[in-house]
Parts: sequence; C-alpha cells; structure tokens
Amino acid sequence: MRATALTPRHHHSWRNRPLLKTIRTIAFYALLLLLFFPFFFVFAWMIMGAFKTQLQNTAIPPLFLFEPTLENFDTVFRRNPMIQFLLNSIIVGTGATLLALIFGLPAAYSIARFKQQRLATAILIARIMPGISYLVPWFILFSNLKMIGSYAALILAHLLVTLPMTIWLMIGFFEDTPQELHDAALIDGCNEWGVFEKIALPLTKPGIAASAILSFVFSWNNFLFSLILASQATRPLPVAVFSFISYTQIDWGGLNAAATIVTLPVLVMILFVQKQMVRGLTLGAVKG
Amino acid sequence: MRQAASDIRAKPSGKIARGKIHLHERWSRWVFPAPAVIVLLALMAFPVGYTLYLSFTKWSPTAVGLPEFIWFENYIKLITDDERFINAVGRTILFTIVGVSIQCVLGVSLALIFNREFKGRGFFRTIFLMSMVATPVAIALVWMMILDINTGILNYILHSLAGVRVAWLSDRSVVLWSLILVDTWQWTPFIMLIALAGLSALPTEPYESAVIDGANSAQLLWHLTLPMLRPTIMVALMFRSIDALKTFDIIYVITRGGPAFASETLNLYAFSQGLFYFNMGYASAILMLFFLLVMGTSLLFIRLRRAASEAM
Repeated sequence: MRATALTPRHHHSWRNRPLLKTIRTIAFYALLLLLFFPFFFVFAWMIMGAFKTQLQNTAIPPLFLFEPTLENFDTVFRRNPMIQFLLNSIIVGTGATLLALIFGLPAAYSIARFKQQRLATAILIARIMPGISYLVPWFILFSNLKMIGSYAALILAHLLVTLPMTIWLMIGFFEDTPQELHDAALIDGCNEWGVFEKIALPLTKPGIAASAILSFVFSWNNFLFSLILASQATRPLPVAVFSFISYTQIDWGGLNAAATIVTLPVLVMILFVQKQMVRGLTLGAVKG
Repeated sequence: MRQAASDIRAKPSGKIARGKIHLHERWSRWVFPAPAVIVLLALMAFPVGYTLYLSFTKWSPTAVGLPEFIWFENYIKLITDDERFINAVGRTILFTIVGVSIQCVLGVSLALIFNREFKGRGFFRTIFLMSMVATPVAIALVWMMILDINTGILNYILHSLAGVRVAWLSDRSVVLWSLILVDTWQWTPFIMLIALAGLSALPTEPYESAVIDGANSAQLLWHLTLPMLRPTIMVALMFRSIDALKTFDIIYVITRGGPAFASETLNLYAFSQGLFYFNMGYASAILMLFFLLVMGTSLLFIRLRRAASEAM
C-alpha cells in the first residue's frame, strides 16, 4: 500500500457528501490546470508562433486565432542547410550514443555485478566539473590535431555527457537481473563475457533502449560543446538555431519554426522513456 | 532456480566451477570497466590537469610563445582586483539559491498534489516532463519572445492588468530574475519528479499510528511527510544546485551575460575570458575556482543528506 491511500481527507465527515466532493474535484483540477498552464503554454506559443507571419507574431494584443502559414518553415529550409544541420545532429548523436553503449555497457555490468560503488561515484565527477573547463584544453588539443570542426571531435566531446549517463542508467538495470541465472550460466561453463553477452544483455534490452534514447536526446540538446567545436559544415541543430538570432531584426516566425524543428523530435522520443528519465538526470542517485 | 543452482554447487564438480568463478571475477572486474574508465580519464583527466596547469600561467593561443608560468598571479588578481569576477560569483550564487529555492517549494508542492490517483495524471506528468528535456536553446528563444519588452505576451498581460511594462531583459536590476524565471520553468518538474518518487516510497505505518492519535492533515504533512521526504529532497537539491551553478545555455542565448554584465555568471565570465578574449590562463583560474564552488556545494548537500537520513 502506498502512502497516498492514507491522505487525511478520508477522515473528514463531509467526505461522502456528493456536492462537496464535486466541488473538491473541481477545485483540484482548477489548481492543477493553473499550475500546469505555464508549462503547456510555452510549447503552445512556440508552435503557434511557428505558423504566424512576422506581423502576427508581433501583434498587440497577441493573436490566438489566425490563419496558419507554412511560410516560416519554407524560409528556414530555403535559407539554411537545415537538412545538413539535422544530419549533423543525427550523426553526432548516433556516434556518441553508440560509443557510450560500447564502453558503458560492460562498465555498468561490472559495477552492478562486483558492487564497484567507488567507481560509480567517481563517474559522478564528470557531472560536477563545469563543461567549459573541458573546452579550453579540448579546443587546444583538437586544434593541434586539426580536428576542430570534425565529427570525431564533436562525438568525443558529447561522449562525456552520454557515457556517464549510460553507465549510471544501466547499473540499475543490470542490478535487477536475477543472480541465479548468472550463477547457473557460469557453472555451465560460460565465462563472464558469455554471461554478459548471452544473459545480461538480452535481459536488459528495454534498459538499453531507454539509455540509448536518453543519450541521444542529451547529445541532441547539447549546445556548449558544439558551439566551440563545430564548424559551419558540422554544426548541429541547436547551434544553427542559435545563429539565427544574430540577424539584425529577429524573425520571430522563423525562430519559432526552427525551435519547433529542434524540440519536437526530443519531445516525441521522450514519450518512450518517461520512467527512466529521472534516473538519467540524477545519474542514478535516486531510484526514479 | 535458486534451488537448482545450489544443487549443482553442492556436487564436487560444482566446487571446481566455483573456483573458476573466482578466477573469472578477478580479471573481469578490471577488464569490463577498463575501456570506459580509460575513455573518461582521457576526456576528463587531461583537460582538468591541463586547466590546472594553465591557471598558473599567462597564455593566449593567438600569441607566439609558450605559456608563461606566473604562479598564483591569476588567482590573486581574481580575488583582489577583479570586480567583474566578484560580481559574477555573487550573481551565480544568487541565481542558484533563489532559483533552486523557488523550484524546491513549487516542485515539492506539485509532487504532493500529484501524489494521488486522478484522471489525466499520466498526461499532466508527460507535459511537466517535457519542459526539462526540451532543447534549452529552443526554450531560450521562445522565452526571448515571451519576455520581449514591446511585443512579448508577458508585458501585454502586465500592461492590461496593471498598466506597467517591465524591461525583462534590458533592465540591469531585472534581468537576472527573468533568467531565474526561465530556469524555474524548465527545472521545477525535475524536483517534482524526484519528490514524487520519494513520496511513493514512504512507509505507511507512521501514518496509520498518527491518524489513530488524531493528527490532522497539516500535522501529517509537517511532522511526517516532509521530514521523511527530506533525504530525497536533499538529493534533488544537490543535482539541481550543481546544474544551476553551471547554467550556460539559456543565459548565453537570452542575454549573453548582458546588459553590461548584469547577468554574467561565473560560467559566462570564464567563457568570455577563455574563448572570446583568449586569456586562457586567466580563464583557467576562474574555472578552477568555479569547480571548487560546485564541488563545495555538492559536498555540502551530501552532508545535509546524511544528516537528514540520520535524523529520521
């Protein structure tokens, strides 16, 4: 039984009166909607803005009913190599996610299996360091290696975000696999790698999928590393979108269209991994 | 399954297998995490070590020559003779304390509201989740539009209701608060979700006996729920504070630290010293002090969390 079942309202005598109950329900939803509104509104406003003309976007009073136009999307795609930016984001995100899985899965397995708690904690330091403290040395290093602006530099930088997260997420999933299967396989002559490959990995498929999606999302959202390490040709979407605001007069419609193009894929992807999200964000400190 | 495994183990051949397990364990525990550790060390240890080294030097990559070793000169200058730095430290701390406090109160309240069954719970939860995964750059751009002094909807509402307009992003005394607003919008759901996870894990027995003792709902909340939730809240606050101290994207996109440095936090100051003016040594010193600040904050919350757990 959860603590919720015992919320105190159950003990008030008027609880069963239907009218009061209805009022309570209405009040509850009213409060909820009030709190919820700002969170919803920003997205709604972004999407509406993407379908408005410049005049409609700057209209006073603000317009809620208008004839939608696709002009902004047309302009954004025509003036900018958006397909290239999209591809860049996908290449970097996929690379950083795959490498994070390749390096992270065995590490997480080992931490879960051999209870290497210190190693798990040490990985947290990746999160405490300010991102910029990596950037100056990376910038110098990648410059010397003539790697500035290459996908490889971007993928390596993003790996610092995706790898610790993958490890932390996967520790939990590996811990949840039954120890008995494990022991049985070892006794049947499997070595540790065999157990990992034939038992642990298949059992944690949902977790691997969730980690992969979250890694991809965090790489996709990353702005700072890409801002410094990307070139015109390898620029991922967030940096590209940011560069739109350097125009003298801000084209709000185009900006909203671009913002929508960046954010929408993330919002869709996250629908699949809601449960694992908190865990990803806290690097496993709370079982979410 | 457990039965079967122990059966096998009891047999003589099992003993040999058991020995083999230990042999496997011995190398596996090193080999499995090694690639990840090497990658992380390469990506982290080198930069951190290099930043530490640079912080004792004067160097610009655009100039000819090697870094010139100047010991603590950068640090001394920062602490005694750099108003921009001191202001940035104050601003970073203010941004974090105010923002995270508001988010904590709102987030825990939201979690208490959410901690029951009601129609549409999943839908509402999803929308709340979305604000914190949405691409920060995109969110920042949308907020720029909302906060625009002339055409923004927030000023339209304020003007209609109270007849005033606020220069959200161009008034030096307001801009940091506007950024706190955006940060709060994006991250309140984070605290809510962690608090919600904590709430659902609370034991029910204390409630049962308290109700028998005649406690009312306010007393239950104040004397039971919140104290029991405190360790969870501390974890949420720790992660939120680390991230708030390091906030970069929304500030850089919305204000770039302006107007006239009025929203320049440590992260932005280090960024402009290092990657704009190319004073690499000086920027590295800022980053080392910044790291100490974040590290100190983390340790503080780890302690607070331990204290909260022990108090229960």
